[in-house]
Amino acid sequence: MTEALERAVVPPVSDADPFAHDVLVNPEPLHQALREAGPVVYLSRYDVHALARYEQVHAALVDWQHFESGSGVGLANFRHEKPWRPPSLLLEADPPRHDAPRRVLREILAPPALRRLREAWHTVAEDLVDQLLAGGTDFDGFTALAEAFPLRAFPDAVGLGPDGRENLLPYGNMAFNAFGPRNDLVAADAHRVAELSVWVNAQCEREALTEDGFGAAIWAAADRGDLTHEQAPLVVRSLLTAGVDTTVHGLAACLYAFATHPEEWQRLRERPELARAAFDEAVRWQSPVQTFFRTATTDVTIAGTLIPADTKILMFLGAANRDPDRWHDPDRFDLTRDPSGHVGFGMGLHQCIGQHVARLEAEALLTALARRVERIELTGTPHRHPNNTLRAWASLPVRVQPV
Amino acid sequence: MVGTSVVADAKSSFGKGQLAATLTVSAKENVAEGVVSLTLTHPSGARLPDWTPGSHIDLVLPEGTTRQYSLCGDRWDAYTYRIAVLREPAGRWGSPRSSEAESGGGSAYVHDRLRPGDRVGVGGPRNHFPLVPSEKYLFIAGGIGITPLLPMVRQAELLGADWQLLYGGRTRSSMAFREELTAAYGERVHVVPQDELGLLDLAAWLGTPRPDTRVYCCGPTPLLAAVEAACAAWPPYALRVERFTAGAQAAPVRDTPFEVELRRTGHTVTVTPDVSVLEAVRRAGADVLSSCEQGTCGTCLTPVLEGQPDHRDSVLADHERAANDCMFPCVSRSCGDRLVLDL
Repeated sequence: MTEALERAVVPPVSDADPFAHDVLVNPEPLHQALREAGPVVYLSRYDVHALARYEQVHAALVDWQHFESGSGVGLANFRHEKPWRPPSLLLEADPPRHDAPRRVLREILAPPALRRLREAWHTVAEDLVDQLLAGGTDFDGFTALAEAFPLRAFPDAVGLGPDGRENLLPYGNMAFNAFGPRNDLVAADAHRVAELSVWVNAQCEREALTEDGFGAAIWAAADRGDLTHEQAPLVVRSLLTAGVDTTVHGLAACLYAFATHPEEWQRLRERPELARAAFDEAVRWQSPVQTFFRTATTDVTIAGTLIPADTKILMFLGAANRDPDRWHDPDRFDLTRDPSGHVGFGMGLHQCIGQHVARLEAEALLTALARRVERIELTGTPHRHPNNTLRAWASLPVRVQPV
Repeated sequence: MVGTSVVADAKSSFGKGQLAATLTVSAKENVAEGVVSLTLTHPSGARLPDWTPGSHIDLVLPEGTTRQYSLCGDRWDAYTYRIAVLREPAGRWGSPRSSEAESGGGSAYVHDRLRPGDRVGVGGPRNHFPLVPSEKYLFIAGGIGITPLLPMVRQAELLGADWQLLYGGRTRSSMAFREELTAAYGERVHVVPQDELGLLDLAAWLGTPRPDTRVYCCGPTPLLAAVEAACAAWPPYALRVERFTAGAQAAPVRDTPFEVELRRTGHTVTVTPDVSVLEAVRRAGADVLSSCEQGTCGTCLTPVLEGQPDHRDSVLADHERAANDCMFPCVSRSCGDRLVLDL
């Protein structure tokens, strides 16, 4: 046998189930155990290697040459299993096919291109907060703000028609469940797969989209030949899949953070320009997207452990974002921290292409709230919503003290 | 063991505090008459920023000149960049993205003085010449204009596209990568040395528009003009060219300190050549969110109130750069003595 294999480290083994309900709603104990067990841990239940330390997660995320996405970024290996829908041209693709869709969407969602939305979204957020406060000071922050704001802002920006928008969140929930094992969460979605897919796919067609949104810009890129016309609807689909639930739960993470850290809310009220950084700190602290998989393109070693070619590795973004070797006092939500470098949006070639959109939404909502609300506090137990990939919420009962 | 590779732990990106792109010349080779190729690596062995075919980098030479060169290596090798440099007499057309107008200085320095082990500054990579999806491609290279097309033909092959390369040059021996191309791709490559076969027969190749084909051309200005004329009847967007952009990057890259004023906090900091603007303003207490710190993700976008940034990112389009109203301080610097930022 060869030298590399002889030297290979046998990784610690865990039979934990990261996709069990109790772990999904409270993942930190497992994250800590996996980080402490070693740089690579073998998860016997799913026959995959897992990374929970920042250093290895970051290295694997940027190394698309050895850890590909085209075989799926969930547990299913598309080389051997049929995907539940045609794979994403962005998330589930590698160079060179990944290049053109990425380039087109990156330009459409780049900060300079988003400037035209800034004023409008601040107005949408102010109106939403005003209406909410006019109706009372006790409400479910999850539905009334975290869900309501992106649903008012984002579908308009994409250029969706008025009908059927209530399908967006269930579709996203389903897509993010589908990255996990075929467990009860996937089974619970099964009866809606066909219906929701039909609706989403219909919204991706040129005729369904307004002329001034992100969707129309994608079709215009196809007219210029920067994409093919076959690719255009799938790129629009990426916006609809990845752009709603993620932001909703990211905003919920912000509200939860501020409701449980009143001193940080005061800091934000004094310095509203911290809103963007506060969102990133909340994304670090809660990691709305908890996990993604990659597939080894060749036999490759990570910290001495051999990852065989064509096998899956599971990257715990949430665990990396609280690795004490990378972050001081990582479990603390702290606006004085510089959250730069967190992997809540991923890193490298596939880093979240909509992150600037999400930051703009967060900036608009948090700024509007900071202007009108002196204090946010929980009035009951917040409820998580189990999802195989998302750190998701079901409710966030709060009371606010208007200014 | 064949097929096993080791991932360099913790060396996955440029570290903080280093000038984002000082690379080492790890090899220099003659690849044709008057053409040398340079292999560039990170001094610490780190990964280099990802790139796509058609990308170029700014090469900042130790004597102070900045020239642009297309990347012509293998993007699957994350640890090295390859460029090819034509020795250019002053005033002649030259390598596709170099601006040799003043003195021929950059290429002469590379040919005569630059040695393996030397350090060079690198900006980018940026791509204004991306390969768009198509079932068929016609690539047309003139001389050193082969460089951006080299990774493109490899990619076209990988994608299973139907492609042809028309490669003209003065003489066979002056045509870089000619043997490598014909060995790898055989009849897809048509080598046309002018002294043996005359000029490229563009009318024969481009006379009839083919809506299913994209034409990519890089080379001297007369060739671009001839190809544009020959493609006049082709559908819009069928032709993509890489232009010789003398002076487009005329901004001098300072190797001296400059000042950055943070308008909102009232602080002024001096940015020395060994630190990024991002690092300097953070030291002064400014909160700037960043992520990749390679000028690719766009997170650290900062409004510029006064001064002219030396844009070194991969995000902004040319017209956005020219507006001088924002910059990415993780890699971009200042052209003048002073910048004022909205921080």
